[in-house]
Amino acid sequence: MTAVASTGFEYVLRLGDDRLVLGHRLSEWCGHAPILEEDIALANIALDLIGQATLLLGLAGKIEGTGRDADALAYLRDAIDFRNALLVELPKGDFGVTIVRQLFFSVFALLQAEALQRSSNGELAGIAAKAVKELRYHVRHTADWVLKLGGGTDESHRRTQTAVDDLWRYTGELFLGDDIDRAAAASGLGVDPSTLEKPWQTTVRDVLGRAGLTIPESPYMQRGGRTGRHTEHLGHMLTEMQILARSHPGASW
Amino acid sequence: MSTGSQTRDDVFEILDEVMDPEVPVLSVVELGIVRDARIEAGGVTVTITPTYSGCPAMRVIEEEITAALVARGLSPVRLETVYAPAWTTDWMSAEAKRKLQEYGIAPPGRSQQESLVTLTRASAVERFRCPYCGSHDTTLRSEFGSTACKSICYCNHCQQPFEAFKSL
Repeated sequence: MTAVASTGFEYVLRLGDDRLVLGHRLSEWCGHAPILEEDIALANIALDLIGQATLLLGLAGKIEGTGRDADALAYLRDAIDFRNALLVELPKGDFGVTIVRQLFFSVFALLQAEALQRSSNGELAGIAAKAVKELRYHVRHTADWVLKLGGGTDESHRRTQTAVDDLWRYTGELFLGDDIDRAAAASGLGVDPSTLEKPWQTTVRDVLGRAGLTIPESPYMQRGGRTGRHTEHLGHMLTEMQILARSHPGASW
Repeated sequence: MSTGSQTRDDVFEILDEVMDPEVPVLSVVELGIVRDARIEAGGVTVTITPTYSGCPAMRVIEEEITAALVARGLSPVRLETVYAPAWTTDWMSAEAKRKLQEYGIAPPGRSQQESLVTLTRASAVERFRCPYCGSHDTTLRSEFGSTACKSICYCNHCQQPFEAFKSL
């Protein structure tokens, strides 16, 4: 793999892994959400993300050029080879944690996809344009819930505030931007995530403010996912996600 | 290997009889899933685009498109999937929207073009017309329904829950 192809592969892999891991986390709600409509909504959002991940991992495999397809990348890599941000691999927690995380990620993903519509890679631009339409629904849905939960009962407010306090330190990693991001942006393939932080802050702070929720003052941010240093949670999640494919290599149905 | 004397129009006509498995009142042509067809000496190539990135019906749709064409003597069938331009409900004809309405699914409005994160409450975004009684006094219960392309609504007038096609 040439250096350019390697950068492109790593960059698109990050996009795919964020969506695959969060899509799986969301799917854990299937049959467990607080109301039927929300069960269906979370399953739909999971499906959108897994669909986007399939396309992105397929593209990553094509760029890599060694014959790995979306399934091989999703099911036959270990945690250390995943490039998702830590935010998306954390356990689903209670409904407040799930919704706050989903708001944080959806706003980030929408800003990212809007910019990627102008990617020099036609396939990535097409995937992004499709994702924008889906992500708009995700942002609206999760913002709606944050407003309801933050302004709801004392209990819903307390839990949602706890979720914001616990998850905030994982948001910084989304915007870090390293050599791979900068190289992908310079080549026209990608977007430097650091350019997305300001509009993300504006939107997220607006929603949290209107929901009566406060943002923790500590500036400390966790990092590691983009280079394969994950929390202990990802390995457990992958065990469950990959067992079928690994137990029956090459099976099709 | 045979394509006989059939034309691109014939292919579209055949595919207009292949119904979407999740919205069986509309064909894959009316929904805008079929984007193009080319008849070549070596068979027929059909270009399709998915409605949603993760639409679980796409595999079945691909199989049904292939089966319909093979049954009419067009083979081999090659399917090409494209993602741009992104599928939009704006491609749906007035006739297709009428069929949806009759079937009990409120048809989509204009697709949303507004840029990032307009934080209108979901419930204020769109008010669908009840496909049963025609009332506009309806409530959007959830923007996500039984399939990726539909929302759940409730008619306050005839007190009937109904589905609406999302405007995408």
